[in-house]
Amino acid sequence: MIKKIVLSIVILVLGTGVAFFVYKSEPKLNNQLNKNSATASSFFKNHPFRLGLDLSGGTHLIYKADTSAVPAGQVGDSMDALRDVIERRVNLFGVSEPVVQVQHGGFVSGAGEQLIIDLPGVTDVKQAITMIGQTPLLEFKTEAPAGTPQKATVGKDGKVVLDVGGQYVATELTGRYLQKATLQFDANTRAPTVSLQFDDTGTKLFAEITKANVGKTVAIFLDGAPISTPVVREEIPNGQAVISGSFTPTEAKTLVGRLNSGALPVPITLLSTQTIGAILGDNAVNAGVKATVIGFLLVALFLILLYRLPGLVAVVSLSIFIVIILALFKLMPVTLTAAGIAGFIISIGVAVDANVLIFERIKEELRSGQNIKDAVRLGFSRAWFSIRDSNISNFITAVILFWFGTSLIKGFALTLGTGVIVSMFSAIVITRVFLGALGFLGEGKVARFLFSSGIGK
Amino acid sequence: MFIINHKKIFIGISISLVVLSLASLAVFGLKIGIDFKGGALTEVSYKVERPAQATLEKPLADLNFGAIMLQPTGTLGYIVKSRDLNDAEHTSLLGALSENNAAPLTELSFNSVGPSVGKELTRKAILAVILISLAIICFIAFAFRKVSKPISSWRYGIIAIVTLLHDVAIPVGIFVVLSHFYGAEVDSLFVVAVLTILGLSVSDTIVIFDRIRENLRNQASVAKQNFSEIVGKSLSQSFVRSICTSLTVILVLLSLYFFGPESTKYFALMLTAGMFFGTYSSIFLASPLLVWVEEWQKKQK
Repeated sequence: MIKKIVLSIVILVLGTGVAFFVYKSEPKLNNQLNKNSATASSFFKNHPFRLGLDLSGGTHLIYKADTSAVPAGQVGDSMDALRDVIERRVNLFGVSEPVVQVQHGGFVSGAGEQLIIDLPGVTDVKQAITMIGQTPLLEFKTEAPAGTPQKATVGKDGKVVLDVGGQYVATELTGRYLQKATLQFDANTRAPTVSLQFDDTGTKLFAEITKANVGKTVAIFLDGAPISTPVVREEIPNGQAVISGSFTPTEAKTLVGRLNSGALPVPITLLSTQTIGAILGDNAVNAGVKATVIGFLLVALFLILLYRLPGLVAVVSLSIFIVIILALFKLMPVTLTAAGIAGFIISIGVAVDANVLIFERIKEELRSGQNIKDAVRLGFSRAWFSIRDSNISNFITAVILFWFGTSLIKGFALTLGTGVIVSMFSAIVITRVFLGALGFLGEGKVARFLFSSGIGK
Repeated sequence: MFIINHKKIFIGISISLVVLSLASLAVFGLKIGIDFKGGALTEVSYKVERPAQATLEKPLADLNFGAIMLQPTGTLGYIVKSRDLNDAEHTSLLGALSENNAAPLTELSFNSVGPSVGKELTRKAILAVILISLAIICFIAFAFRKVSKPISSWRYGIIAIVTLLHDVAIPVGIFVVLSHFYGAEVDSLFVVAVLTILGLSVSDTIVIFDRIRENLRNQASVAKQNFSEIVGKSLSQSFVRSICTSLTVILVLLSLYFFGPESTKYFALMLTAGMFFGTYSSIFLASPLLVWVEEWQKKQK
């Protein structure tokens, strides 16, 4: 008996501790800076709730990556490279906590390789798109074999313009293999040039290309346009190349900056955009918090009115359940969206569900003449199967939704799934310990009254 | 037991509700949102005064974006639906809406979904629906694997699935009516709602069926009771509990509907309906059906 009371006190203390953590680690409360957290240690500072774009405001972009030129086995690698490059590019612009994800094509998604970019706080789509689009695509191309038909167009002024692009064929060498670009000035002409240093693979590829094309031109394409077509004089084994277009010093400098922040290994096109303004996000957060608080109060009232003392116990264990869930959201961390909050609110309902199943069983056992202690014990063991069964189906739904969903659906599935698991724990372990500890009330009339419930026969 | 004695009435009520839902689905049809079919949705709020719809029609038509739907929201805002827009088109749309800055506005949200993304999501949604239905059917088969008399276990499973269809059909019917009169559209949350209803409703039915089988087992050694009496007894033992457990979920869902974020309103409403009819069907449809099947079986012999 004493053991159970001690155990309940331990759980209460732990629960309070977790609640303290949830409160302390939140930098903003009711849109005012939480004064406590300003002085808090970095552990607390590092764990605010992570809000999804629909709550924090921001931009969500889906790009399609054209990997048709990449050999089948290397698609994954080049997509990872693409992600890194875009991440660097986005970081350069000082977006806080951007998320850049690769979504591989395949049976499940049915689409090609995609890149999903979340930019919290960026509500100017135009700026965001420019930010990402500015990344240059650098390609090295070699002359097309002789006999390839040349495309030409007649310009407005009557001059024939050769389409240079058609004269060259793509090679494997792209900006992906670039290690570093530097700005240099030609020793003789003082013209600005851009010097490129390839990485190991790039060096090898460049050596092969130059070796095979001695005496011919190699074209350097930037964003699909040729910027320089130097003639190869000899094989270049050290992986160094120079672009000597007709740059102004400023142009050359910008190009170097862009090349260094990363060249796109594969071309991308924008498929869809979504922007949520900060006002809308704030409103959604406030509404979500309000709905959660009111929902919790309603359920607490319902439980206490209907189940008296066990109801109160359930409210306490439900509070601990909520605190645990919130702490998990912070620690995992779970990105909260409006749908995620909905999943969380539903899981509060489901958590109560298990308690109700147990209490109804206890009531039945009490009516059939058991003493309180046995009724509690039997109530738990009989209700377990129903609790397990009724949670399995919710869990199945959550898992499959998580596996399939877009980020919006994932948020819902994750909060619902976490909720279902933690709710089973809270009903089976926490409520049980508390009810056991209440055994000190004895078997008197008052205790029986407190354990029986409002309605029923 | 009242419900069992009047089973034909309750089965009848359920059938007519489902028929009504299917009829409204056939008449009104489902409005597919931009999540699935692609398109753009722009929400703006004017700083001073919202220009009349009629004054905006001309500049919007001049953009040549095809059909553009203008829908007032709040006191100062519009929601604009159009085909999917690229960056430049988006800018010119905002220009037209603000009458070239004569009516200053803030853009609250902009969502443009390319047709291929919509197709991809449709495909995912269909796969998720199929997989979850299969998983739930497997789960039902597993939960009812132990053979019990007088009704073989797979019949419990089939009745559970019939109940499931009933629980999904009615909220969908309600949504169709809402969508016709208030412009709600089928988005990814709609699909999530349908799938969550599947999960929530099956658990309710299983709890009651479990009780019936428990009572059947306990009865086996003693003198055999009438099957319908046992079902009736199980129902009266478990219906309070069943209503209470659903009530708590409905309580939180209602608070989500009334106080929660705008974007999850229809979602909460659908789930509330699903939860309500899920509980209704596990008491008033599943068990009466069970008795009805047993009686029908007897007649066959």
